[in-house]
Amino acid sequence: MEKPVLDIQNLTVRYGKTCDYCRNGGTLVKNTCPHCKTVWACSDVNVTLYEGEILGIVGESGSGKSTLMKSLYFDFGITEGEGYLRDFENGEVNIFEQSLQKKKYMKNHIMGMVYQNPLLGLRMDYSSAGNIAEKLIAAGQRNFEGMNRRVEELLDAVEILQSRKKEPPKNFSGGMQQRVQISKALANNPAILLLDEVTTGLDLSVQAKVLELIRRIRQEFHISIMLVSHDLAVIRMLADRTIVMLDGKIIEQGLTDQILDDPQQPYTQQLVHSLL
Amino acid sequence: MEHILEIQRLSKQFYLHEQGREIKSCRDINFILDKGGFIGIVGTSGAGKSTVLRCIYRTYSVTTGSVMYDSLSYGRLDLATAEERKIIHLRKVEIGYVSQFLTILPRTTAREHVINGALDAGFSYEESKEKAEEMLRYFKLSETLWDIYPNTFSGGEKLRLNLAHAMVKAPRLLLLDEPTASLDNSTKLLVKELLMKLKAEGTSMIGIFHDLEFMEGLCDRVYNISQGSFQTEEAL
Repeated sequence: MEKPVLDIQNLTVRYGKTCDYCRNGGTLVKNTCPHCKTVWACSDVNVTLYEGEILGIVGESGSGKSTLMKSLYFDFGITEGEGYLRDFENGEVNIFEQSLQKKKYMKNHIMGMVYQNPLLGLRMDYSSAGNIAEKLIAAGQRNFEGMNRRVEELLDAVEILQSRKKEPPKNFSGGMQQRVQISKALANNPAILLLDEVTTGLDLSVQAKVLELIRRIRQEFHISIMLVSHDLAVIRMLADRTIVMLDGKIIEQGLTDQILDDPQQPYTQQLVHSLL
Repeated sequence: MEHILEIQRLSKQFYLHEQGREIKSCRDINFILDKGGFIGIVGTSGAGKSTVLRCIYRTYSVTTGSVMYDSLSYGRLDLATAEERKIIHLRKVEIGYVSQFLTILPRTTAREHVINGALDAGFSYEESKEKAEEMLRYFKLSETLWDIYPNTFSGGEKLRLNLAHAMVKAPRLLLLDEPTASLDNSTKLLVKELLMKLKAEGTSMIGIFHDLEFMEGLCDRVYNISQGSFQTEEAL
C-alpha cells in the first residue's frame, strides 16, 4: 500500500468557547453555532495527499479552504486533529503536537506555501532575490554563491528576468509577485506545495504561465500539490482528485472529472451549474 | 477468447437536487469485450451512449452494476468501485478516452501535449519525445503543426492530436466517444484506417459512432441503445 505524503485526520479549527449544543453535533447556521456563536472554521476534515498528486479544493468563500491550508502551514493553531508527514519522522508522529522549532523545520524543508495575498508571503521592501534567499537561509544555507545560483535558477524557472532580481516585489505586477512567491516556496525542493488561489486576479496570459509552471514542477520534481481555486477550469486542468468544502466540512470528494461532471451533493451541483 | 471487460447490469441515474427529480440514463446494460475486440454503440442523441463510456472511465459514478476490467497492474477489478488512486493510474497507463473535444493546458504545443501523455505513463523524457513524434507521424499530423498551440487546429487535426495523446501510452483499452462526429469524409476514412491498424495491433476498443458504414469491417459487434438500454445486437 502506497504511503501518503500527507495524511490529515479529523482536523478541527474553531473559534469560540463552544457549548453543549454545538459540541454534540447540533445544527449550525453556516459554520456558526446559533447559541454560543462559536465559529467552526474546519470540522472533522480528513485529507490524504499522495506523491506527485495535485489535489484540488473548491468551495465558496468562508467554507474553510484557506483555514485548512494555513493550519497545515502552522499559521493557525488547530483545535483538534492529527497530521502525518511522510518526510517527517517517517510519518509516525502527529505534526500538530510538535515544538515550534520542529514546525519551523517542516515549513522550511518539507512544505512550501503560496498565499492568495502576496503580502502574506513576501517582504515587499526587500529584493526579490533576498525574499527567496530568506527561505534558503531559514533552511540552513549560508554559502552566498550557492544561494545566488539557486535564486537565479528559480527566477529562470518562473520566467522573471535576472536583471530584476534586485528589485523589491512591491515594484512588480500581481502576476510577477505571485511567481516570486512560487519560486520562494520552491526554494528548498519541498515535498508538498500549498497553493491558495494562485491564479485569482491574474490576466489570462499570466494565468497560463502560472498553470504551465505548476504542471512543469509537478512533472519534474514529483511534488505533491494542494491547490485551492475558485476557478473550476483550473481545477479540471490540473487536479487529479478534488474535494468540495462547505461550511467547514468536506461534503464531497472524488476524481476531478467525476466531481465536475457527475456531482452528487446539492451544493456541488449548484457550483458546477454556475459555470459560465 | 479472453475477456478484457465485462459489464453486468450497469445502470446510471442522475439526481438533480434543485429540481428534486431523478433522471434515468442507462439501465441494465450487459456486454463483454474480448481482448482485441471492437464494440460499436449506436443510438439517438440522449439515448445514453456516452453515459456507458463515462461509467467505464469512471467520469460518472455507477449507480448499480459492475464493470469488471482485467488490468495488467492490479489483476481483475471492478472499475465502478475501485479506489480512486487505482483509477488514476489505470487512466495514465492502460485506459484511454478520446472524444471530439480537445482539453489541453494553456501554452502547450501539440508535441508537448503528446509528450506529457507519455511522461504520465512513466516513460523518461527522451523516450516520451521519441514516442510522441512517432505517434504524431502515425496519425499523420503534419510536422509544421507540431510546435503550434492546438487551439487553432481544425476539428480533424484536434481529433488526430487527441488520438495521438491517448495512444502514446499504448493503452490496452480505448474508449472512443463520437470521435468522428465533426469530420469530413476523407478525414473519417483516415481515422478508420488508423483504428483498423490499432485493432490489428491488439488494442481493445469501444466506440460510439453515428454511421454504420464507418463501423463496417471495424466493429465485431454493434449494439443499438435506445431509452437507456441495449435493444438489438447487430453483427456486421
